[in-house]
Amino acid sequence: MSIRVDPEKCNGCTLCVKSCPTAAIEVKDKLATITIESCNLCGACVSTCRFRAISIDIDKQPVEDLTGYKDVWVFGEQRDGKVAPVVYELINKGRELADARKSQLVVVILGHNLSDAVADLASYPVDKVYVYEAPELAVYDAERYCRVLTDIVRTHKPEIFLAGATTTGRSFMSGVAINLYTGLTADCTGLEIGEDGLLYQIRPAYGGNIMATILCKYTRPQMATVRHKVFPMSCKRAEGKAEIVNLTPKPQLFGSRSVFLEFMEHIGEKVNLVDADIIVSGGRGLGCPENFALIRELADELGAAVGSSRAAVDAGWISYAHQVGQTGKTVCPRVYIACGISGAVQHQVGMRSSDIIIAINKDPHAPIFDIATHGFVGDVLEIVPALTKRIRQMRSAQAVCTV
Amino acid sequence: MIREGVETQINPFDLYALEEAVRTKERRAAAGDASTVTVISMGPPQAEDALREAISLGADEAVLLSDRAFAGSDTWCTSYALAMALKKLEPDLVFCGMQAIDGDTGQVGPGIAIHLDYAQAAYVSQIVEIDNKKMKAKRLIEEGYETVEVRLPAVLTVVKEINEPRTPSLRGKMAAKNAKIPVWTAADIEASEEKIGLLGSPTQVVKIMTPPCRSGGEVHSGETDQLVEKLLDTLKCLEVV
Repeated sequence: MSIRVDPEKCNGCTLCVKSCPTAAIEVKDKLATITIESCNLCGACVSTCRFRAISIDIDKQPVEDLTGYKDVWVFGEQRDGKVAPVVYELINKGRELADARKSQLVVVILGHNLSDAVADLASYPVDKVYVYEAPELAVYDAERYCRVLTDIVRTHKPEIFLAGATTTGRSFMSGVAINLYTGLTADCTGLEIGEDGLLYQIRPAYGGNIMATILCKYTRPQMATVRHKVFPMSCKRAEGKAEIVNLTPKPQLFGSRSVFLEFMEHIGEKVNLVDADIIVSGGRGLGCPENFALIRELADELGAAVGSSRAAVDAGWISYAHQVGQTGKTVCPRVYIACGISGAVQHQVGMRSSDIIIAINKDPHAPIFDIATHGFVGDVLEIVPALTKRIRQMRSAQAVCTV
Repeated sequence: MIREGVETQINPFDLYALEEAVRTKERRAAAGDASTVTVISMGPPQAEDALREAISLGADEAVLLSDRAFAGSDTWCTSYALAMALKKLEPDLVFCGMQAIDGDTGQVGPGIAIHLDYAQAAYVSQIVEIDNKKMKAKRLIEEGYETVEVRLPAVLTVVKEINEPRTPSLRGKMAAKNAKIPVWTAADIEASEEKIGLLGSPTQVVKIMTPPCRSGGEVHSGETDQLVEKLLDTLKCLEVV
């Protein structure tokens, strides 16, 4: 296996040099030259070259017959019987993929006392809901879930298996893929079936600076975790119900070396940051921890979640759970309101895929304005409280009218 | 502690993992129990710089996994190779950052746990208690904090909230300068050839493209009152209010 440049086709255009994330290519005498020690065979240059001059040979064949694998599976993540919002987004995408493959869409749910969640899922356009109930599965346990799901996949052989790229999805899916020796693509933002019938998995890498398309050609299932709020949620089905299949997990797989002790919900937070439709985020421009209250008040008024820049978290103004950016959370709300955030690239990585970005900052040269849909140059300490007040005024005026 | 990638810098999340490993060693030492912190990284030869930096930050030893045969490894193969190297070191605790900043998959830590058949705890924000047999850890998940008790040996992935990393000490810098960092190849860790590199990887990157840049829209300036009204109109248009 090796990477090669065809000197007949290469004209030394240097496109590949720019595409290489490991700086392994240079052009010498109008010919791309790859330093093999630095190259990690990522394939970036292969797809960038307009002249098809670079190739990587892989001599690989499937080790088993892949035709036995069919259907698209979605993991029905739930906590205390409440289904994670991303599951409805996966159903929407999963339906499309299953139709393209002329196969069935199955939601697999693990837990205990799931009747409400199962009835709800069955009212969406899925073909089947596989239900695995046991007291031991009531709370998520990485080791146990991983073992049980590995067994389920081995038994039923889905062709595609999707889960939300949540803390839960990311941890157990990795284990399942390791056990099955199959491919798992993390945090996908695009999924489509190609003409060859394969699942084309698109994901951002290097902080969203590049989009990589990834295939799992030789093994099944093709597994992916999917970023929240990228695909729209599925609508309920017009008529009928999905078939509910109650299955029994094998108790001999319940062994685990961890014990769940307790769960403490984030206190005082009405809206979960990653699921939020609107986020009001505060940064260094607020000046002191007390001023963060202005952000909370506006967020409360808008029914929004509270986010923050790294600077505000590091200064101890707000807890880490609120941090948006490279070392915090990646969010994609419909509207992101950045208040007193300069918008360093590390922050942008976590929020630039929001549909609409509104920025309020007193520095007209702040980088946040380069990506903001609507920019407002002004003092955040004046604008934010004034805006909150105006919204309240408007609301009370409306309330009077309705009375 | 494990890092991956090609930069000669330590991934930000791995700094927290390293710091927590050093703190755990100190905690154990205070209880009269000696342990060693070894940093392991899989990458090109220049990753040695990052390993020296890790030693300056309190690690005792470092190992570099470097071999052309690893090139093109996806998360399956990376976690396999790291697990094979860890089998030689036999740690009772493996600390990883929650994800790297280049690939940011978050899959390698949990993958190592499966390859090694260790217990695991992902997204750890606090080690509440720890001894030689088990630990109580708090995990930061979407809706809150979950506390679990995990038997050792175990693999942990940590979030930023877990600690504030120290800066290098003078002694650490000297140790980093003088440290001998062994380089292990695929043969050294007895990794199976079919399970590493591009050939062993179940996934392949088939296309890379640069997404279109997001460009800014209109930027308003003026008196606060005017700005607030304009902002309110914008929010009304977006049906936020």
